[in-house]
Formats: sequence, structure tokens, C-alpha cells
Amino acid sequence: MLNIRVFSTGRWLVSLSVLILSNPLAVYAVEQTAAIDSAKPWWFWPIVLFFFCLILGILAVMAGVGGGVLYVPLVSGFFPFHIDFVRGIGLMVALAGALAAGPGLLRRNLANLRLALPVALIASTFSVAGAMLGLYLSALNPDIIQVCLGVTIVAIAILLLYSKNTEKPVVTKQDAIGLALGLGGAYWDDGAREIVEWKTHRTLLGLFMFILVGLLAGMFGLGAGWANVPVLNLLMGVPLKVSVATSKFLLSITDTSAAWIYLNRGCVIPLIGIPSIVGLMLGSLIGVKILAVAKPKMIRYIVITVLFFAGLKAIDKGTGLGLLG
Amino acid sequence: MQSSDKEQSVKASREQIVYANLLIIGVWAGIAVLVTTYATYLAGLLPSHVKMSLIPKIWDKNVTDYLEITHSPHGWGWVALLAKGDFLNYIGLTLLGLMTIFCFLVLLRGYIRQKNWIFAVIAFLEIAVLSIAASGILGSGGH
Repeated sequence: MLNIRVFSTGRWLVSLSVLILSNPLAVYAVEQTAAIDSAKPWWFWPIVLFFFCLILGILAVMAGVGGGVLYVPLVSGFFPFHIDFVRGIGLMVALAGALAAGPGLLRRNLANLRLALPVALIASTFSVAGAMLGLYLSALNPDIIQVCLGVTIVAIAILLLYSKNTEKPVVTKQDAIGLALGLGGAYWDDGAREIVEWKTHRTLLGLFMFILVGLLAGMFGLGAGWANVPVLNLLMGVPLKVSVATSKFLLSITDTSAAWIYLNRGCVIPLIGIPSIVGLMLGSLIGVKILAVAKPKMIRYIVITVLFFAGLKAIDKGTGLGLLG
Repeated sequence: MQSSDKEQSVKASREQIVYANLLIIGVWAGIAVLVTTYATYLAGLLPSHVKMSLIPKIWDKNVTDYLEITHSPHGWGWVALLAKGDFLNYIGLTLLGLMTIFCFLVLLRGYIRQKNWIFAVIAFLEIAVLSIAASGILGSGGH
């Protein structure tokens, strides 16, 4: 009886959050409120932002994406804040989520420190460069960043739609770099009730790919989980579970370097930053609880739709066409 | 691989556990500080450097204009304004930002003790990258 009640409450919560966030009319209403009523008291937007981020956090966990990739396009598209602040806070949001998830993943040996360290060094170095480039372009003309962000978000949506990750990729022979760095390990698979051993291949190419991942993460203030997982899993042959966990842990390092650039530049306004960070972290905790009763596949498709919409909205805003309101 | 070796390989390495333990302490400390300082700020227990009523009028400006209008510092200039409610929030944000550097310092010490020079160099370079980013040498100028 109690289970049925928990189950239906969870379903109700999921349906409600999906309905609110996936409905373009709802986000359009947020934007219209911002445009029409700029005379709202100072506390109005932090409260709206807190609940918006709470829902965002629930959806992000269930869709298997980080908070930043949803936060930056949606908040920059539909809230009145300048994109400089949205990117700075977006990175802090992604960083806080990754820091919170890191300890559990490391202890269970799902996130692998040896794999993360060389990858993080490359990604974090280039995320600093990306952050500086992003701030430079945004100072020239913020519309350039808005359009580039929109194109990137649409590309991410396509990537999420078509990438078919492999649960346990077959790696017949480890390459010399992977061997030298000791990039391999084992984990206990609860579902299959067995120990899964793994090692990497195409390590050099994978490491090169993290140059691009770092640049994009820094430039747009996105966590880069959407890119880390395909590179680790499809290219380097790391099992999906280890890829997802190591990617989440990686964000705590990559986002730290880029977040410092934005933080030092003054791009984090505490009034809107703290409710975003706390809202998204609480949302992630709720999301984990109701993950069991949700249908992740359906939610994944809805999030992809939201990303498409947010990406097109960013392009529309940057180009000044005004087709989407 | 022998089955006992296999079972051993499933366990997280010592340095991984140390890293996780440090991180969990830092995260909870960071969240506690963020919530406390934000509550202090909202309650108006300390005067704000930038009036809350002004912020909604200028948060659509770019960061350079925003800093100019509010006479706010960049880089580590906020340290001098810690008696102001809004800049007090930077303690929690900074704690989250410094957490990884601190964890890497502990890792570096462990790798040096193990004479694992490849990973000691990687950890050292990561500390250098993060410290340069945190120092404010890069990307904090401009107005």
C-alpha cells in the first residue's frame, strides 16, 4: 500500500516536473514575465530561479546529463541575466554537483582516479583557454557567444539522440600509452553479478579529443559530461558505468579551472548564484530518489527536445531574428 | 588473474579513498558555509556592498559594466570586502573552488612517497594549472 503511494507520488512528481520544464509555453511565460515585469522586487527572481533549478536538477539526473548543459541554455534564453553571469554560475552549478557525487563514485571504484588524472590535466588546461576565449568573445559581442552556444546545444541534442553507448566495449589489445599509464581496472557489476575488468585503447586519440571538450566546457560554462562519456566509452573502450562515473568526477576538476576564471572576473552574482547551486543540488538528490519510479528513456527524449528548443532559442536570440519570441 | 587478485582489484586504491574522504568533508563544509552566508546576506545582518534592489536593474549588463556600476572588485579583491553581506558569500564559493587543489596536494605527496613519478608529475601540473586559474593572473583584468 505504502509502496503504491510512494510510486504514484514519484510518478506525479516526475510528470509535473517534465510537464513544467518541457513545455515551451512555461519557459516562454518565464521570459514574458521577465520582459513585462522588470519592476519585481529583488527576491522574486532568486525564488523563481531556486524552483526552476530544483526541477532542472531532477530532470538532469533522470536524463543522465549534468546540470550545466541544461542550466546555461535555458537560463540564458529565458531569464533576464546577461550570459556572462549565466556561464559563470553554470560552471559553479556543474562543479558543485560533480564535487557532491565524486566521493561515492570513487569509493565504489566506479570513478577511476588513474583514468581521470591525465584526462583532467588536458581538459582543465584547455577549459581555462576556453573560458578566456569565451569572455573575450562575449566582450566583443555577446551575440557571438549566444549563437555559438545555440549551435553547440543543438549538436549536443543530436549527439544524445544518435550516440549508442556500449555497456562493455571489447578491447582486445591495450595501446602503449594506456599500458604505461596503467589505465585499466575492475569493478563489480551488480546486474550481471560479476567482476568486469577493463582497459583502454586509442588512448592518444582520446586524450586529444579532451582538448576540444575542455575548450567547449570553458567557453560556454557547460559541464562536459555529454562529451566525456562518448569519448571514454566509444573511443577509448572504457565500460559505460566507469565512463559515466569517471566523467562525473572529471567535471569536479575540469570545471574548477574554468570556474576560477569566471569567479575572478566577477561573473558570479551571489544573489542569483547561490539559489541556483543549492536548487540544482537539492533537485539532483530528489532526482536520485525518484529515479526508480521514472521512465528514464521517455525523460531522456523529453530532455533532448528541451535541448533542441533551448539551442534554437539561443540561436534565435543571438541572431536577433525573434522567431521564437 | 587469480580470483583473490580479481577481488582485490575491485577495491578502490588507497589514494582514491583518501581523495574521496577529503572531498566529502570539503563538500559538506562548502554547502554549510554557502547556506549560512547566504542566509546572513538575505537577512541583512551585514550591510551589502551592492544594494539588492539595484542588482535586478543591472544584471542584464555585461560583467565589465556591472563591475563598473557597482564599484565591485575582480580577482581576489573581494577579500577586502568580507564585512559586506554579499561578498561574504564568496567564502563558500572559494571553498568549493579550492577543494580540488587541496585534494591534489595530498595526492602529490602520496605519489612521491610511492615513487610513482608519472602520476606525481601529472598531479603537480594539475596543481599548477588550477593554481594559476585561481590566482587571478588570467582573465580577471579588463576594466
